[in-house]
Amino acid sequence: MTDPTNPLVMTDSVSLASRLLLQVSDLRVQFATDDGVVKAVDGVSFSLERGRTLGIVGESGSGKSVTSMAIMGLHSGKNTTITGQIRLDGEDLVSASRERVRALRGAKMAMIFQDPLTSLHPYYSVGHQIMEAYRVHNKVTKQVARKRAVDMLGRVGIPNPAVRVDDYPHQFSGGMRQRAMIAMALSCDPGLLIADEPTTALDVTVQAQILDLIVDLQDEFGSAVIIITHDLGVVAEISDQILVMYAGRAVEGGPATGVFGQPGHPYAWGLLGSMPRLDIDRVDRLKPIPGTPPSLINVPSGCPFHPRCGYRDEVGGDRCATEVPLLREIAPAHVAACHLTSDQQRSTWARLSEPVSDLPETKAGSLLASSDPANEVQS
Amino acid sequence: MTRFLIRRIGQAILVLFAASIAVFLLFFVGPGPDQVARTFAGRLGTPQRILEIKHALHLDQPLYLQYLHWVGNLLQGNLGFDYYKGQSVNTVVGQALPATVSLVVGAAILWIAYGVFSGVVSAVRSRSLLDRGFTTAALFFYSMPTFVLGYTLIFIFAYELYRVTKFFPFSSYVPITTNPWQWFVHLILPWLTLAMVTAAAYTRLTRTSMLDVLGEDYIRTARSKGMPEQRVIRVHALRSALTPVVTLAGLDIGTALGGVIITEQVFGIPGLGWTIVQAIGQQDLPIIMGIAVLAATFVVIANVIVDILYAVLDPRVRLN
Ligand SMILES: Nc1ncnc2c1ncn2[C@@H]1O[C@H](COP(=O)(O)OP(=O)(O)O)[C@@H](O)[C@H]1O
Ligand code: SF4
Ligand SMILES: [Mg+2]
Repeated sequence: MTDPTNPLVMTDSVSLASRLLLQVSDLRVQFATDDGVVKAVDGVSFSLERGRTLGIVGESGSGKSVTSMAIMGLHSGKNTTITGQIRLDGEDLVSASRERVRALRGAKMAMIFQDPLTSLHPYYSVGHQIMEAYRVHNKVTKQVARKRAVDMLGRVGIPNPAVRVDDYPHQFSGGMRQRAMIAMALSCDPGLLIADEPTTALDVTVQAQILDLIVDLQDEFGSAVIIITHDLGVVAEISDQILVMYAGRAVEGGPATGVFGQPGHPYAWGLLGSMPRLDIDRVDRLKPIPGTPPSLINVPSGCPFHPRCGYRDEVGGDRCATEVPLLREIAPAHVAACHLTSDQQRSTWARLSEPVSDLPETKAGSLLASSDPANEVQS
Repeated sequence: MTRFLIRRIGQAILVLFAASIAVFLLFFVGPGPDQVARTFAGRLGTPQRILEIKHALHLDQPLYLQYLHWVGNLLQGNLGFDYYKGQSVNTVVGQALPATVSLVVGAAILWIAYGVFSGVVSAVRSRSLLDRGFTTAALFFYSMPTFVLGYTLIFIFAYELYRVTKFFPFSSYVPITTNPWQWFVHLILPWLTLAMVTAAAYTRLTRTSMLDVLGEDYIRTARSKGMPEQRVIRVHALRSALTPVVTLAGLDIGTALGGVIITEQVFGIPGLGWTIVQAIGQQDLPIIMGIAVLAATFVVIANVIVDILYAVLDPRVRLN
């Protein structure tokens, strides 16, 4: 059974509830700007178990970063309004004091960002910055913190860490900088690591290495990971759960095998269609999404995706433009927000994904077999 | 780092060389040797005296020798001889310099401290009442002519308050070696005047720079580590935000050390600015040239110091 207010949260077992690390319910983040209120995140719910990986996908501007910054408590502007709940280990962060969230930041949840060069302070050595992260939460001497920094740099694969610890960020290569960021993020052994497009700014050749590193360290540290990326191949490969965001809302979510194997939302079909794949046939039918994401100040009525959707006629009438589709379970623990019936979704996807050749029907695994980092959703 | 500094010092030497050529052309070559000697001799110059001066300055020799003679003296720290006052220029400048240094150093401490503080507060509490207050104050003092502010302060503190307290002198200067307390008392109003008109630029620059830095990714990283906001601002943000402020301060101080003409005039402080104004009135060429050369040197040295500070602040400069 699923919680009706939060279809992605399984509530049927006590043991599952205790395994839950993060529970986000009806999260809304709004920015008051001169042009109007930006509804950057508009009623998003999801949850994440300890040690598991959630992939958040969606075009640029769909609210992925704003969501992760909200979890970290990094929205500090006076023009920002956050409502809903973010429960980390059962403790609500939205209603917690700033000081409480600060104390959790870095200790129980940590984050790495897109551009490791600009994310490190150019004036302080890499080691200094890691020591600082460690000493904010641990009352230890500089020597102890330094040992920790060297140890962490070694564990993220920086060669000769006892020497490189004194280097400045500009003396590191792009991949090494992201490794240093990861070392810093994991220095206090947080239960949750949020990686916001951790490979987007890196050379194609090092992208895979960084992802492998995240997966390895996740095993080693037992952290839960939220990975945000344009690269669907990456998400498919390493995620247990997937959340598809559009215009600040969750439009589809569920187990990675379900979302990639049997996606129910036309937007998800479009995202998958943007991935170049080996089987050329499908590329003909699965087209990248036309048009651009909507303004989050004036989100389209009804289904926010309707101006770009090619399946409105199958729903009939002007229902797509007038009635907001709610998340509905289309398979066990797999939800999508679309007016198409489950039968329509299944048959359309079958048609779209059916290989022309006699090969057996493609499953999630082979569909996303390519983890080529160049497989990026257009942004 | 070493190569960087050698290059910058080399450039500084080139600039000084160019400046010396410019001053030489302007004051020696332009008027011609006879006129120079006559001017140097001043109003009381007899033909005999003019001839002597012509010889002493090597004005009767080819231009390049005149220049080498003059620059050679400068390099030995000899700014020349003031025939008008019958003193070496070094003596005159040496008497004026401590007053200017006193004025500039004290005022600089005030304007940097106030400018940086108000700029940081304005940036951190951007759009607050405090920010608006600092901005208005900055615009007000920025647009106010120095002499208006100076005379206003004298009017309020020295004249209006005279019946209440005789604490604030109207003007003049007491050397620190004569009486440190009187030195301090006499400089309060000049310091305030110079600091207030200068601080506005620092408030605005610090505010802008700080706002830029607060939007940087590495500030978000510092917060994401759980660093207390106070520390994020005081350690991570301020260090970067101060880089442009250091540049401005270096150049402002370097320029001001060459003489703060209006403030020195208003308060009757016999510094370099006051002295050069006197010298211009008296057509006292050696003094004018001496102070001009000295002022140019201060600016160039300030530039080199700024470069060194840059390297100290920013490892990307230091380690390349
Ligand atoms: N501080 C802010 N003020 C106003 N709008 C913002 C702010 N931060 C983000 N936004 C807007 O919120 C939307 C979602 O942004 P974001 O979460 O960064 O998207 P992405 O999915 O690409 O990470 C964007 O339209 C962005 O312009
Ligand atoms: S609800 Fe309508 S517009 Fe929205 S995705 Fe489904 S079919 Fe398309
Ligand atoms: Mg983003």
